[in-house]
Amino acid sequence: MHRRFLTLTLATLTAAALTACTAGTEGAPALGSRPNPSGSASAALPASAIELWHGFSAPGEVKAFEDAIAGFRTKFPQITVKLVKGVQDAQITQAVRGGKAPDIASSFTTDNVAQWCRSGTFQDLTPVIKQDGIDLSVLPEVSRSYTEYEGRRCVMPLLADAYGLYYNRALMKGSEPPKTLSELTELTKKLTVRDAEGNIEVAGFIPSFQYYENSASHLAPMVGATWYKPDGTSAIGSDPAWRELLRWQKDLVDWYGYDKLEKFRKSLGQEWSADHPFYKGKVAMVLDGEWRNAMIAGEAKNLDYGTAPLPVSDTKPDLYGSGFTAGTVIGVPKGAKNPQAAWELVKYLTTDTSALVTLSNALRNVPTTKASLESPDLDKDPNFQTFLDIFAHPKTSTVPANVNSTFNQDAVQEFLGRWEKGAVGDLDAELAKVDKRLDDKMKLSGG
Amino acid sequence: MSTVHAAPPRWRRGEGLKALLWMSPWLVGFAVFFAYPLAATVYFSFYRYDLFTLEFIGLDNYRYFLVDDRAWASIKNTLWLVVLMVPAQVLFGLGVAWLLTRLKSGVGFFRTVFYLPSLIPVVAGTVSFVFLLNPSGPLNQFIELFGIAAPDWFGDKDWSKPSLTMLAMWGIGNTMMIFLAALLDVPKHLYEAAAIDGAGAWRQFRSITLPTISPVLMFSTVTGVIYALQYFTQAMIASRVAAGVTDSPGSSFVPGYPELSTLTLAQWLFHVGFRDFSMGYACVLALLLFAFSTVFTLILLRRFRAFDEGGDR
Repeated sequence: MHRRFLTLTLATLTAAALTACTAGTEGAPALGSRPNPSGSASAALPASAIELWHGFSAPGEVKAFEDAIAGFRTKFPQITVKLVKGVQDAQITQAVRGGKAPDIASSFTTDNVAQWCRSGTFQDLTPVIKQDGIDLSVLPEVSRSYTEYEGRRCVMPLLADAYGLYYNRALMKGSEPPKTLSELTELTKKLTVRDAEGNIEVAGFIPSFQYYENSASHLAPMVGATWYKPDGTSAIGSDPAWRELLRWQKDLVDWYGYDKLEKFRKSLGQEWSADHPFYKGKVAMVLDGEWRNAMIAGEAKNLDYGTAPLPVSDTKPDLYGSGFTAGTVIGVPKGAKNPQAAWELVKYLTTDTSALVTLSNALRNVPTTKASLESPDLDKDPNFQTFLDIFAHPKTSTVPANVNSTFNQDAVQEFLGRWEKGAVGDLDAELAKVDKRLDDKMKLSGG
Repeated sequence: MSTVHAAPPRWRRGEGLKALLWMSPWLVGFAVFFAYPLAATVYFSFYRYDLFTLEFIGLDNYRYFLVDDRAWASIKNTLWLVVLMVPAQVLFGLGVAWLLTRLKSGVGFFRTVFYLPSLIPVVAGTVSFVFLLNPSGPLNQFIELFGIAAPDWFGDKDWSKPSLTMLAMWGIGNTMMIFLAALLDVPKHLYEAAAIDGAGAWRQFRSITLPTISPVLMFSTVTGVIYALQYFTQAMIASRVAAGVTDSPGSSFVPGYPELSTLTLAQWLFHVGFRDFSMGYACVLALLLFAFSTVFTLILLRRFRAFDEGGDR
């Protein structure tokens, strides 16, 4: 008898192992699988309660979200919206796998969009976009590109981040912000202050790839460097723009002295605190996102600063005015209980000018539609306007959606760390290795 | 003439079932928390699995492992920790415990002083330690008072693992307490007899203390090795703090700063599985980790058994 018991146990275990592949449970019918009850107006939607997970957590941010959906509540009184704050991407993934997906989820990063689209974690919005006749040209092309993958639009852009140059007027000593990399080098050397032993006291600009927002993805648009070839393989080793960026950066690091620069960098305050070196007058120019304006208003009210587009390659002056952008995305996860009501809220938050302007005014992120960018209700000052212009610039770029987006950026970042230290001998050979690393991973991922 | 197998007596079958019943809590635990996860890990290692979709890819995950230089770097670092950090931890714990048994006064004070760091939460302890060893931190300022160029402890790839070892030695409290209990448990009359026979301190330690505490030594070493194979939090926190990078959405940070020198197999496994969503490949790394744990434990058990048998003779 015990043999039968053992056989049964083994059979159960094997069955469990073999069926472990099915993740999550199915919720309501997928978006677009049923005709929209009332076309674009949808006011006839049945009463329902929907849950929206977002990553904002500060009281002001949470209130901004509540304010932004006030219009939706008026328009759809039969739909109750519950907001859940402070949710990270991993929680969304786990919830969808566990069959407990929210109706709507938003993420601060675009890095997982390709993975989510391909795996079906988020539902394809294309059918309902067509059903409701939404013209996606209301979004800049770059925002459209980072919210879809291989023809599947599984999220919509909610708010965007744009990156530019912040400069401390007092430390600039009357200089204008640089427009080219050579001007940036020249100004950095002019503004840097050292003590008698050569230690850095004030840096003009910190070129380290490890410094706060100076990641490869944020700096690449300064030289127009591309990540992938048209066939989807890595372009890091073959695009001469990367070499230009690397050589410019290394020259400036060497001018400081790597050890001196690292010592200075590690002595600086935290990026997300009131001790930020830009507030404290330790750095004259920094690359940062538009959100820094709001942080300066809250943490360094008396700082006299200005903003400008990032300086660009001397050989590509037409890039001036552009920069890097990415942003918050929002969509309807697989297994959402009320997908149609959820879509109505996603549509409202991402295309309604009033909702976007409310959010932008409160959070100080860039609104994503052309109408909201031009809205007279949008609070604009010259420092914030810089980022609106960068976002709207036709040459502004992002890291193209890729299932290995995080891996690829990490691989390049790791290489850059060795590069600036001087640990890379043969640049061509090392860049070829980076290409191989990215391509091998892409092959494994079935790209 | 054919052999006739007699059916086992009814009472024996009943006893077997009863034994199985008594063992069932363990059997269920074993099946749910070990056998099933292990079977699932082997199964998924042959698939492209992004936590949602499955696609059979044969040995591709295993082939990718061969060209994944970060996996190899993480294995190298993990083995370094097993071979150098674990012995350092065990020897330091044993040394401190032995010294405490020799103290005539202030034992309670020193015992508390050495035990205290192990009470500090791992993250807080690691952050404090990295700040203490910051290039412009108090330790380096002190060293530089003597005109010596202090190292960039967690920022230099040659110093980062020794720095993690120092961190591990700082938090030696639990190991020290176990050794202290074991040392105090060694019968005093053996030392007295050895002293009468003219045995010195080293001879007494070698011939009396070590054989007596060998089960504790084995326990500390085996748990230390398993701990080192799963080494994650301290390396992750130390590298992030040393790099000055916070984990904000969209931020790009490769664990193992500087230059992959603190990247451990457990960290890489987590990164691959939950950041890159390559769960199939993460399963290959998990199996590798399991194989390492098994091999090291078997080697240690054999070595200690041989040591014990030698001691018994």
